[in-house]
Amino acid sequence: MAHHHAEVQEEHYIFKPETKRKLFMLLIAGVVLFALGLFMAISSEGKHEGGDHHAATNSHQLVASVAQDSVASDSVAATDHHATENPSDKSAEHSDAHAAEHAAPAHGGEHHAAGGHHDETPTWKKRLFSTLWHNNVFFAGLGIIGLFFVAIQYAAQAGWSVGVKRVGLALGSWIPFAGILMLGLYFLTHHDIFHWTHSYLYGEKLADGSVNPGHDEIIDGKAPFFFWPLAGGTFPLFFIVRMVVFFGGWYIFFNVIKKNMLKEDLENTTAYWFKIRGISAWFLIFFAVSSSVAAWDWVMSIDTHWFSTMFGWYVFASWWVTGLATITLIVVLLKNAGYLKIVNSNHLHDLGKFCFAFSIFWTYIWFGQFLLIYYANIPEEVTYFMERMRNSPYSWIFYLNLIVNFVLPFLMLMTRDAKRQLSMLRVVCPIIIIGHWFDFFNMVTPGVMKENGVLGLLEIGTALIFAATFLLVVLGALSKMPLFGKHDPMLQESINHHI
Amino acid sequence: MDADKNFLVGVFDDEDAVLKGIKKVRGAGLKIHDVFSPFPVHGIDDALGIKKSRLPIAAFLFGLTGTSLALTMQIWMLGYDWPMIIGGKNFVSLPPFIPVTFELTVLLAALGMVATFMIASNLKPYSWPRQFDVRSTDDKHVMAIDLDLNGKSKAEISQILKDAGASEVNEKNFE
Repeated sequence: MAHHHAEVQEEHYIFKPETKRKLFMLLIAGVVLFALGLFMAISSEGKHEGGDHHAATNSHQLVASVAQDSVASDSVAATDHHATENPSDKSAEHSDAHAAEHAAPAHGGEHHAAGGHHDETPTWKKRLFSTLWHNNVFFAGLGIIGLFFVAIQYAAQAGWSVGVKRVGLALGSWIPFAGILMLGLYFLTHHDIFHWTHSYLYGEKLADGSVNPGHDEIIDGKAPFFFWPLAGGTFPLFFIVRMVVFFGGWYIFFNVIKKNMLKEDLENTTAYWFKIRGISAWFLIFFAVSSSVAAWDWVMSIDTHWFSTMFGWYVFASWWVTGLATITLIVVLLKNAGYLKIVNSNHLHDLGKFCFAFSIFWTYIWFGQFLLIYYANIPEEVTYFMERMRNSPYSWIFYLNLIVNFVLPFLMLMTRDAKRQLSMLRVVCPIIIIGHWFDFFNMVTPGVMKENGVLGLLEIGTALIFAATFLLVVLGALSKMPLFGKHDPMLQESINHHI
Repeated sequence: MDADKNFLVGVFDDEDAVLKGIKKVRGAGLKIHDVFSPFPVHGIDDALGIKKSRLPIAAFLFGLTGTSLALTMQIWMLGYDWPMIIGGKNFVSLPPFIPVTFELTVLLAALGMVATFMIASNLKPYSWPRQFDVRSTDDKHVMAIDLDLNGKSKAEISQILKDAGASEVNEKNFE
């Protein structure tokens, strides 16, 4: 076919005051919902404390939440036969009750005296911390994925993606914000979100030589992963260093790649492209390790006793498909606003295929993790899913997750035409993004809130605040650079791209 | 004279020539029987006005057949015909059925699609596709025009093909 050498106009995204105003309205709506939700949460708690009956219910729930923690440790240390012998669903209730029997006296007795005061944190505060952490992990992922998207385009020497690479790059500008928030939120919320931060869990003997009643053998065994080189229960140096190194590394890679991409706009040479290709390859190696460990650190360690070897992949798959849907949605909205003339239905088709394929990939990972745990039915593993399948709102989110993140994108993006149309992508991409927000809700909240989890105005308000701030940062960054590289060596290939 | 037997075959030297040629030949009011190329040519489907393939519909239906076949088979076998306790699970429990269901869906969709494609494009066993010009498997693009469907004389059609850029025009008759 004739490869026409097309002359293209450089394009600049203009971040109009009108768009900014809309985003600020979104932010204000979020703040209002947040404040309302927080007020409702606090005042409903006050009522609970008033009546004896409610107070009893509360303490009962606390016992249950401790019991759930000890289900895992009981079944390993004291071999709980109930769960393994009974194949039916009843076994779960059985082992829950069994564990509660064990845990109740401990809770009433020394457990509290020896330990900190984390069980006394009011529920509204835990809920607030939980939703902040959930949203920050979710949006941090979008930022990292933006950079990851750019890096794989260069490493794979992709020709089609010149018109969409800068959107991915703009997402990456959220990385420093996410990093600062993550570090700050850790110090604000760690005792309520991460069970392993409590010092009473570590050490068999107390300072006076008596037996430590709060000692948790399993968590103690994992201590070096958090506290190395310091002793368990002190300052989690290794954990914090990892967080700083990951965000620092991502931010440095982001800046170097961005700098070279923008330099290329000034000089017509392929040298920058080759340079970025090399940097991208190194970034991908760094990303492979860091994204996986980040998933264990920031999400999996919330359920400290539990572990899954699939978890790094699972969080990556969820982040990745959400990031792809976000990039696609921003491209679609830019096209609707008259930008990105070099992006046509062939490029949309590629983005649509990405969203379609990685929705299936996520489902594959989800199922791979679920099936093995379901089939093996090992008590310390199945508690994770039992928590999520038995208590509302986790239970309906658990099933909704599969419908919204697999069935809908699978059927809606199946045909070729659907992937090539702005109108269809405009519907499916928000579904994927919101669906995976729910996915992360179910990853974070049950471990923090136990059966007291709520999905209400507070959670929605926090999500809107994060979304508005994220978009203000990302669109602001996008408006400060050309929408595509006019000297990108792949520009002509991208324009002639045809599938 | 019957249709689908007597053809004029225009031979084009490269894909640019054949793409331009298609536009000119169609512009002159001729109906093109088919074009044969040694490699896929971008944009040739649009230029020829070929309707969208219905193969994906067949694939979807074959896949759906695989899904239902796999589920029916497993539910009947493990739930009713010969119930067995496996891993302490219910006789009919969905999650362990999913891998088999997935595999059968993919298998039937793939095999069904290949079979449909073979039959639809006359590549099924013991059917020999017609060769308009054997060089279309090497380096020439070949355009076949049915002599009996266009209401124009052989000389007129030949002239149109030459004007459209054909480097040679041959006659081809099938029994």
